[in-house]
Amino acid sequence: MLKVRVIPTLLYKSVGLVKGVGFDSWRRVDTVLPAIKVYNMREVDELILMDIEATAEGREPDYESIRDFSRECFVPFTVGGGIRNVEQIRRLLRAGADKVSVNTAAYENPDLISEGAGIFGSQCIVVSIDCKKIDGEYRCFSHSGTKDTGYSLRDWAAIAAEKGAGELLVTSIERDGTMQGYEIGMIRQAAETVGVPVIASGGAGCYEDMYQAVTSGGASAVAAASIYHFTEQTPKEAKEYLGERGIPVRLR
Amino acid sequence: METVIIDYGMGNLLSVQRAFEKCGSDAAIIDNPLELRSAQHIVLPGVGAFPDAMEHLRQGGWIEELDRAVLEKEVPILGICLGMQLLAEKGCEGSVCEGLGYIPGEIVMLEPTEAKERIPHVGWNEIEKRVDVPLFDGIGDGTNYYFVHSYHFRVENEEHAAAVTPYCGGFVSAVARDHIAGTQFHPEKSQKAGFKLIRNFLAL
Repeated sequence: MLKVRVIPTLLYKSVGLVKGVGFDSWRRVDTVLPAIKVYNMREVDELILMDIEATAEGREPDYESIRDFSRECFVPFTVGGGIRNVEQIRRLLRAGADKVSVNTAAYENPDLISEGAGIFGSQCIVVSIDCKKIDGEYRCFSHSGTKDTGYSLRDWAAIAAEKGAGELLVTSIERDGTMQGYEIGMIRQAAETVGVPVIASGGAGCYEDMYQAVTSGGASAVAAASIYHFTEQTPKEAKEYLGERGIPVRLR
Repeated sequence: METVIIDYGMGNLLSVQRAFEKCGSDAAIIDNPLELRSAQHIVLPGVGAFPDAMEHLRQGGWIEELDRAVLEKEVPILGICLGMQLLAEKGCEGSVCEGLGYIPGEIVMLEPTEAKERIPHVGWNEIEKRVDVPLFDGIGDGTNYYFVHSYHFRVENEEHAAAVTPYCGGFVSAVARDHIAGTQFHPEKSQKAGFKLIRNFLAL
């Protein structure tokens, strides 16, 4: 049976690993390379690395660093942040990323998704969607959660999947970093809208939150950051918790 | 050179190289088909679309050299993910397209048989061995490997199905025919279970 993936997310700023609250007030928590080594040693299911300043600073993805990181990473490695075109995707894949995550640029040019999927395959194009509830509707935001795109989650998720996204990484802007639980309604809406896997993100504070994201939200994977940085909880224990409750996970 | 990894412009080759190095093999990424002539093991990786990949192989002049190495000299070859699919006679991704034809069969899209099955098939899933091949020596049924794909290999002869995986009604997750092998999953991203398989391949 296909296992539910437990995925640590690493937020990366040129200075190192950071962790924010509500997409703001980032603080440095670690350097990336040791974190990747530790997660790799602990056999996590997958890793997501987000360069959270690349878009704001209008700079290219940091290929050299990605190359260094990927050398230490023997699990699937998704890289996001600052990706604007197919050539950058190519360079990231060549630097050792297995998948890339696109966000801001996809709203401006939805064909970036279809071009990327056409050349490299859907399986390596993850569309990252940051959402906030506005007037009872989940609304998509670009530029690290700062700009309202006008798209509803339902509409944008459908477009992304139709354009060839292989997975959707759905993050609640308001829950991110709060450890108050995923916004289940948001995850469920995305999972109901598309036939591709949905990764729940933003807000995990305990293993039960992950269980809820899978059972109530329909998530195929659960991403989290704060819980691993700021509490004693670990991806391995998360999988044990899920496994004990009948969720298929990879324990060994 | 012991192991050569074919660089025809598709996919993440670094992690393949690193995994082979970790398994004790001197592995080089090559972009010149002539380098296949001294290879002891060949790895054909790849992500992306079947027709593009075949076009890249053709334009790069790989096909004749591959045929010579694999069919005449019988150098062991491991196709990974799309690389495995290219071993088939034909692919049906977008348009029907001829493959390398080393293992009879065709590439078709996964079709969900249960409502909860999503496409692409992404994540860790187990394998169940079908025929006894050296590639899976010491690897038990139920071992988890990392998958990410939307198409699968429909083999013509069941004896070439080395392993199957329970998704979309069950699909062939590894093929083997003598010194020719392929995995739909990514051994280079499957940690210990993947390294075990790579070591088995290197022993061929």
